[in-house]
Amino acid sequence: MGKGVAITGMGIISAIGNNVEENFQSLIDKKKGIGRVKKIQTNHVNDIMVGEIDFTNDDFIEQLQLPATNNYSRTALLGVIAAKEAIKNAGISDITQYKTGLVSATSVGGMDMTERYFYEYLENPEVQKYIDGHHAGDSTQKIAEQLGIDGSLVTTISTACSSAANAIMLGARLIKTGRLDRVVVGGSDCLSKFTINGFKTLMILSDTFNTPFDENRKGLNLGEAAAFLVLESDKVVQAENKTVLAYVKGYGNANDAFHQTASSDDGDGATLAMEQALKIAGLHPEDIDYINAHGTATGNNDLSEGRAILRVFGDRVPDFSSTKAYTGHTLAAAGGIEAVYSVLALQNNVIYPNLNFETPMKEFDITPELSIKQKEIKTVLSNSLGFGGNCSTVIFSKEP
Amino acid sequence: MTKESLGISSYIQIKDHHIKLNGKPLFSHEGAFSEFIKMGYKQCGVAYPKFFKMDDLSKLALVAADILLKHEGVQPENEENIALIFSNKASSLNTDRSHQESIQNKDNYYPSPAVFVYTLPNICLGEISIKYKLYSENSFFIFDNFNAEHLYHYSQSLMQSKQAEKVLCGWVDVDNDTYEAFLYLVSKNGSYEHTINEINKLYKK
Amino acid sequence: MDALKQELKENIIEQLNLEDMSPADIADDDMLFGDGLGLDSIDALELIVMLDKNYGIKLTDPKEGRSIFESINTMATYISEHRTK
Repeated sequence: MGKGVAITGMGIISAIGNNVEENFQSLIDKKKGIGRVKKIQTNHVNDIMVGEIDFTNDDFIEQLQLPATNNYSRTALLGVIAAKEAIKNAGISDITQYKTGLVSATSVGGMDMTERYFYEYLENPEVQKYIDGHHAGDSTQKIAEQLGIDGSLVTTISTACSSAANAIMLGARLIKTGRLDRVVVGGSDCLSKFTINGFKTLMILSDTFNTPFDENRKGLNLGEAAAFLVLESDKVVQAENKTVLAYVKGYGNANDAFHQTASSDDGDGATLAMEQALKIAGLHPEDIDYINAHGTATGNNDLSEGRAILRVFGDRVPDFSSTKAYTGHTLAAAGGIEAVYSVLALQNNVIYPNLNFETPMKEFDITPELSIKQKEIKTVLSNSLGFGGNCSTVIFSKEP
Repeated sequence: MTKESLGISSYIQIKDHHIKLNGKPLFSHEGAFSEFIKMGYKQCGVAYPKFFKMDDLSKLALVAADILLKHEGVQPENEENIALIFSNKASSLNTDRSHQESIQNKDNYYPSPAVFVYTLPNICLGEISIKYKLYSENSFFIFDNFNAEHLYHYSQSLMQSKQAEKVLCGWVDVDNDTYEAFLYLVSKNGSYEHTINEINKLYKK
Repeated sequence: MDALKQELKENIIEQLNLEDMSPADIADDDMLFGDGLGLDSIDALELIVMLDKNYGIKLTDPKEGRSIFESINTMATYISEHRTK
């Protein structure tokens, strides 16, 4: 235990950039990707703000040179773009050279197409091709196909907003136990009426820019994104003389055992997940240099997570921030994009500001990092907390 | 990592109007799923008031898990370290459809928050965790078919790295009128061998 | 007012799937949340949908619901003062 799993590539597409470099630039420039929804027709257009990616599906289809008869949902398109960047970044030319798997997370799946063609399915044979694309595992299979990964080594995870973090955890284990030599891990979720209307009924969508950890926070902004990491075994890293970007050092998952959607008052699940991740990493709380918090800016999450951070770190809470103010909450992909941001923090020795913050919460006296902060960063802890009480923590490090 | 042999101590099946525990019939009722599962819930003494508010997938998963855990003497007050590793094909499709229909309905647009919260398959793991005070690892996977190999390796790795004392794993799937639950408990000793073959054999029984 | 209270009890039992309960089991001043009927935050959101659907009352902040949904009495009073249908 304690030995990290090498990350040799990463790829991302989000509301603040179409690749890793653009995302990093936006983080450093404090450039938010939040605005009014443009690509989805909804009655809630003036009540909500979202983190939407500029490219249309047709743009992606052209970029990927897919045939006109394709039945890719937006979730699949985003996933393919990000996963391809990760493979390229890892310098992989022949994916079949090593036993390579894919673990991908989604909660929305092909819902965007189902809702677009809901009324037409029966009458219009043209759109019936999208019915198959509804299945949650479909986007994963399409990503695997595009990367040339054998379908038998493909896994779809669906544990709400901690899904991609759990994909990273599973991937790291598959490498550690020698089941795979290489695994592409992450997640993809597009915006949809399904989630917009659903979160609206839960009354946790902000009508303005989301403000994580602020006393007057009004809720979350939904976002769309995909992000993937390439994890490789020591054997591959040595044989191929690979550059290692960072390591997956620890991980933990626990159930909050409290409520279907709400987090417990004191963040029991999050506390256990962080403690478990530290244990696996063989690290102490004081070894953590930066926490990329889940920080969705809902009343409930930020209070519960803040308390959990206090339980784990006591009076020595490291610098922390939530990047949801940049991207919105990208649901099943969140753990993936925040993994990319964590690796970038390690590579560039920089902590991103928690944008839109004004007033500290009255329940505790911890304040997130508010400006771009340069300092030596050896370890980053990233939280992803999901509905169903599924709480995950992943720790990334510079050193194995 | 030392290899120690693990076992399956109990398994449960719910499908085609029947509930069977370790291969023995426990309850049966010919009728629609909603009626069948409600009667099964009452007959098998699953006391959890939230049951009636849950979606079909959570009802199926909770009843199956409760009967098995109770049979194994698992008590909420012990807060045991039992990981939950579930899988299915349809994800939360039935509930997704209900939510979808309500948001597409222009004349009667009243989507229900109580329906929306169940549009994720892993909510059923939350329900079981709440009832049994399980703060342990839990995950939900989507596969085209029952995948014994994946479940086997996942639980082996959890048990061998001592991240869980026991693992409750299996398949819970609801799509339109068809439903199927197959759960089994992996522990340090058990009546059945913990092998991919044995898992498949029990699943097909 | 009594008719409205009866209607509320029936609707609450049906909408919130309160199994094995009848309107007679809910007193007008019973606490609906906490120790009373044991309703939770999702139930509160369902009641907000019910206010909109049945009585044309739109709440924008779930916190507003706390005092309104205290009991059948408080609900009935609020609805009779604010209903638009």
